[in-house]
Amino acid sequence: MTKIIVDDKAYEVPAGNNLLHACLSLGLDLPYFCWHPCLGSVGACRQCAVKQYQDENDSRGRIVMACMTPASEGARISVADPQARDFRAGIIELLMTNHPHDCPVCEEGGECHLQDMTEMSGHTFRRYEQTKRTHRNQYLGPFINHEMNRCIACYRCVRYYQDYAGGSDLQMLGAHHHVYFGRHCDGTLENPFSGNLVEVCPTGVFTDKTFSQDYTRKWDLQCAPSICQHCAVGCNTSPGERYGRLKRIVNRYHNDVNGYFLCDRGRFGYGFVNGDQRLHQVMRRQGGSEETTGQAAQVATAAAGHRALAELLARSDSAVIGSPRTSLENNFALLTAARQHFCGGFSAAEQQIMQTAVTNYRQPDIGIPSPADIETADAILILGEDILNTAPVLALRVRQAVRNRARDLAAAAGIPAWQDAAVQELAQQSRNPLIQLTVDNTDLDAIAAINRQLAPADIARLGFAIAHGINSEAPAPNDLTAAETELADRVCALLNHANRPLVITGTALLSTAVLEAAANIAKSLSRKLDAPCPLHQCLAECNSLGAAMLAADSATLEQTLEGVEDGAIKRLLVLENDLYRRCDSRRLDAALDRLDELIVIDHQWTATAAKADWVLPAATFAESEGTLVNSEARAQRFFAVFPGVADVRAGWQWLTAANPGAWAAIDAVTADRASAETVAVEQVATEKATVGKVAVGKVAVGKVAAGNVTIDAVTKACAASQPLLAQIVAAAPPAEARSQGRQVPRMPHRYSGRTAIRAHINVSEPKQTPDPMSALGFTMEGDPTHLPPALRPSTWAPGWNSNQSIHKFQQEVNGELAGGPSGVRLLDEPAAAAAATWFTEIPPAFRAAGDKLQPVPLYHIFGSEELSQRAEPIQARRPRDYIALHPDDAARLQVCSSDGISFSAAGLEFCLGVRITAALPAGVIGLPMGIGGLTPAALATPLTVTKAFDWQPPPSPGDRAVIASDLAANGGAAP
Amino acid sequence: MLEALKAVQSQLVTLWTVIQHTFSRADTVEYPEQKPYTPPRYRARIVLTRDPDGEERCVACNLCAAACPVDCIALQKAEDDDGRWYAEWFRINFSRCIVCGLCEEACPTYAIQLTPDFEYCEYNRQNMVYEKEDLLISGPGKYHDYNFYRLAGKSVHGKDKGEAYREERPIDVKSLMP
Amino acid sequence: MNDTWLDILIGNGLVIAILLVVLLSLAAVLIWLERRLLGIWQDRLGPNRVGPLGIGQVLADMIKIFTKEDWIPPFADRAVFILAPTIVVITMLLAFAVVPFAPGIGISDLNIGLLFFLAMSSLAAYSVMLAGYSSNNKYALIGGLRAAAQTVSYEVFMGLALMGVVILAGSFNMREIVQAQAANGWYIVPQFFGFVVFLIAGIAESHRLPFDLPEAEHEIVAGFHTEYSGMKFGLFFIGEYLGVILISAIITTLFFGGWLGPWLPPLVWFCLKTLVFICFFVLLRAAIPRPRYDQLMSFGWKVMLPLALVNLMVTGAVVLVQEG
Repeated sequence: MTKIIVDDKAYEVPAGNNLLHACLSLGLDLPYFCWHPCLGSVGACRQCAVKQYQDENDSRGRIVMACMTPASEGARISVADPQARDFRAGIIELLMTNHPHDCPVCEEGGECHLQDMTEMSGHTFRRYEQTKRTHRNQYLGPFINHEMNRCIACYRCVRYYQDYAGGSDLQMLGAHHHVYFGRHCDGTLENPFSGNLVEVCPTGVFTDKTFSQDYTRKWDLQCAPSICQHCAVGCNTSPGERYGRLKRIVNRYHNDVNGYFLCDRGRFGYGFVNGDQRLHQVMRRQGGSEETTGQAAQVATAAAGHRALAELLARSDSAVIGSPRTSLENNFALLTAARQHFCGGFSAAEQQIMQTAVTNYRQPDIGIPSPADIETADAILILGEDILNTAPVLALRVRQAVRNRARDLAAAAGIPAWQDAAVQELAQQSRNPLIQLTVDNTDLDAIAAINRQLAPADIARLGFAIAHGINSEAPAPNDLTAAETELADRVCALLNHANRPLVITGTALLSTAVLEAAANIAKSLSRKLDAPCPLHQCLAECNSLGAAMLAADSATLEQTLEGVEDGAIKRLLVLENDLYRRCDSRRLDAALDRLDELIVIDHQWTATAAKADWVLPAATFAESEGTLVNSEARAQRFFAVFPGVADVRAGWQWLTAANPGAWAAIDAVTADRASAETVAVEQVATEKATVGKVAVGKVAVGKVAAGNVTIDAVTKACAASQPLLAQIVAAAPPAEARSQGRQVPRMPHRYSGRTAIRAHINVSEPKQTPDPMSALGFTMEGDPTHLPPALRPSTWAPGWNSNQSIHKFQQEVNGELAGGPSGVRLLDEPAAAAAATWFTEIPPAFRAAGDKLQPVPLYHIFGSEELSQRAEPIQARRPRDYIALHPDDAARLQVCSSDGISFSAAGLEFCLGVRITAALPAGVIGLPMGIGGLTPAALATPLTVTKAFDWQPPPSPGDRAVIASDLAANGGAAP
Repeated sequence: MLEALKAVQSQLVTLWTVIQHTFSRADTVEYPEQKPYTPPRYRARIVLTRDPDGEERCVACNLCAAACPVDCIALQKAEDDDGRWYAEWFRINFSRCIVCGLCEEACPTYAIQLTPDFEYCEYNRQNMVYEKEDLLISGPGKYHDYNFYRLAGKSVHGKDKGEAYREERPIDVKSLMP
Repeated sequence: MNDTWLDILIGNGLVIAILLVVLLSLAAVLIWLERRLLGIWQDRLGPNRVGPLGIGQVLADMIKIFTKEDWIPPFADRAVFILAPTIVVITMLLAFAVVPFAPGIGISDLNIGLLFFLAMSSLAAYSVMLAGYSSNNKYALIGGLRAAAQTVSYEVFMGLALMGVVILAGSFNMREIVQAQAANGWYIVPQFFGFVVFLIAGIAESHRLPFDLPEAEHEIVAGFHTEYSGMKFGLFFIGEYLGVILISAIITTLFFGGWLGPWLPPLVWFCLKTLVFICFFVLLRAAIPRPRYDQLMSFGWKVMLPLALVNLMVTGAVVLVQEG
């Protein structure tokens, strides 16, 4: 700690930071532009000027930039000094000379860092009467709007985009006050983290295009703390709603998970909540019609739906299928409803690999790194996973880990890490080693020390070889080629040289062997380090790990289908799961047709829902509360942003209402078993009370109807049912938690229009929807600031309307949030019985099976994920339908890149264009998941492929015509 | 003693002064038989005006809604093909409105204005909910010349980049000229 | 004088009935009268829409007050809350029992009539106190406390001020006091200071402006009746106007010769004199602002009480001297 004196008051601040960092950490207001907590200091904007004095006798002092001055021991500064204040006011006046008179028509208005800083600096009247420079805008794709006039040239966008996110197509162009931040020509910003420009840009140059199309000011958005649903990383988000529509998603800082940034899939993939595929009403299939579509279904009442559900659950020949893309509570309610015939929703391959993943995480010599921990590694091995497309935010973290070599060099040279320009200058191209063994090229190739594309089996074999190379006790694969041995040696050398090595793998290839190989590498590294070696396993869906832990012993989809086929199961209930993604279509069609009844609870119209006799509308993440377990086994709670309309109910609500009897019994059981946990919950809440001022009271705000099961009861029962899940109740404070005696308000205190929003329906406005089951209320009354992180709906502090206000909630800039980390890590305790043994089942080397091609999955950040692919802007960015072939295979099939091929997979016929890539190993066919109707079900068996002579290329989504129309909307052509 | 007498006298004078008012005329204006004069800037019924070119002035910035102390204004932003913002719908619940005029003060485009017409009572409260078509008038109201988009940096139909008040021509980034 | 209360009740049944009807409707009409007078003195019209001169306003107000929701706050002490407003009306009406309206017109010719009046007007303080207490509302409680302190303070010299009259008349019987004035001239002349003290105390007792501190709406919302609405509020309202009529009637009786006067029938004289004082009460409301609470208390104890005592002593001395 260092002592500094600010305005004659002494403070203790952590050593080694700059004065701006120190002042903001102390909660002092000091305006800034070019500095960003994640990007370091460059001292470009001159806005954070303060006066520094040599000692207590120095009365003149000198003006310094806080962001460029170290907070050295005894530093004596003044923020309030009139001269420093005048200097800052002058700077902002200069920055504002060219800023247009745009705020009313700017999407940033009301959450604009420039507005806040202008207010803070006291520049309220424009004296400059000369002309303003103007710029033409660019079309930047479906995500981002560009309005270059508003730029104040802080350079944060390019520093983020190029340095931090590794993008290359956003540059600084031009010179002096003509500088232009844009692309070399109109076109989509390619980096999948471009959405963060919206939050990084301190003014309205880059704004959220999807939000602008259905725009609401920040002060009018009803928000709730939420968790991203589009991959297993579990980024914390803050979705906003108004007029019953989900309007946008912004980042909610979580030090360990997502930090300040989201990927574009998470930010722009929310469209499925409002989409036309969304289900709002109970529907039943019209009698007699064979082929059911949306039109053939008939709207029924919720009560009828309840009856049908209750009847199904009461019968012994019914089976239920859960889902890895819905909350633990929903899955547990399903499990309770039909314990005998419960299927976790995984296919056999998925079930096997997920159980391996759980086993790996419970090994004593394997540590589970949080996404933030990844940044601290000095050598990373990625085994088999294309993380940019399956767990994008991890790729951003990996990029920082690779860049952080510069920090080590800077530390050695005595340069503080926050001196961004100096650190980069020093490091040049020095990077921490990243080793990628994947099936196809990835976007991280450019910064990787070693890249090799291999078939999944070969990746696993090489993994085993690397494990053996590091520790000779590990089993070694036999008959490796010389090239493979040499590669393994190089990788071993890099990993052996590292102090903090880290392994990342994943389930995307559906290859258990890859996971086992990765585990062996981590184990052998841990012997060398004499500490658990961090191994991160990327998983497929937002609650894959939770569902796998809950459904450890339950049936697989194949087993359930067998039950249907042999007649043991006559009725099926499917919860938020599209079975056609996981099973062979022909087999599934036949099985579903055999059923007496199929009930689907889902929020989207899926192929499975189309076959259902009853479709019950489920709540999405935006309308319900639940717990998800991310890929680092962190249980995190998401809260409803707005109440569901019409018949929409959360899955657990449908299920608990359908068999209250079972729940009465469970409740009693839970009360006994969970009594110990109740104490734990209250303790957690009391601990938070000291920081977050949340106290558990006995205040009953709304009435939970007698006999109704609450979400907290389901969570508790779920925790009590599974020792591994015992901690999930602590993921967030319980429903009784109150801040200043009230529920946490979801609406900002400035929320407008309450007496007009529904006035056209009825001039007498209804009272606010009560939410007795949650610690949050649908209200604007209450304390929006002093909250534990798990309950903070949005980021706002007085005078800081933009997301930059986050430093008011952090214990220290870039540090943990006040109130401690949110969520609980479930698998930090290794399994008691787990012995440190090696995996020994090494697969044989991959051989092309004659004419058949081995399917391998390829993933795309835009298009592969089930829910986000329904959002329009994501669809605009998804690649054109294709399959990928090695040139040798293409030659054998006599196809070139403008040809199509046809094949049959998972019971469906496909006819798709060919992309020829030398990166792909020969003998495999790369199937892009979610593109052209391809799903993981198509990966089951080798494929027979033929050239399709009648194939025509479909129009590309990124057509010039589309660009032209967008251009017109953005005011003119490119510079 | 003298002070006490003065105090008593003061009270008596007060009483006498008030009694004299028995014979003065009442100032009451007998509305509705007698119509009062309302100055042009009197604050009553709210309208949405148009700019001198006949386009809607409202840019759906939401500031009026935020300023409204009784939260009786709600609207939704929409955008033309040419980038012009406007209100897709605009609703004022006059049964809640307290005609405080804060919306007019908050409006950056002079779109929302209060007019002297205060006689808009209804027997049915529902009839006091005004939609955009009820609010929008065809004139500029009190401010005849103001056109927000002539001052703003955003380009709209009929006003390209660099054509607004005190704007330079758009910069050609590829030029090296100073 | 040996009549029991039952005899009085039966014997005067008709008078009681007429009096009840007249007083209650008069209290209602007073609402209109006060608003009209205030209007005149404040250069406006007052209620003028319902019926001729707005007199129908009385009816409209009654309809309104009877049909309003009769709300008892859930946090209030229910029984006391209901009881409180009835006390003021009952005590005020009972006090009229001893008022001699005219020779032969009156309910009870009580030999301690004056004391009975004083007792009844003091009891009215309970109404306000209990209302303030039972409302379970901070403003109501402050109002109730103020009323209690104010009533207790002004009660003292209100009684003392009247003792001068009693000494002169040699009787507590109201009728005899009036008759004594027929012989000796109106007591306003010998008892001028007694009159002033009684007038001021009377205003304070009936919580009229400028001494309406128990309900001072600028400070404590509506004081003791903050939580009251509907007919229960109406009872307080009527009680206040009954108080005004009562104090006016008592002033007329004790200082202005009651029904005495030439040419006109005695009852008319009585009513006219009372009406003048009622109007005077309204005039006070129109003209004089409310003092601070501490000013009210120090005025009572430091000015009014000594004045009343001096008046009493001088009167007693004069009477002793005269009687030799």
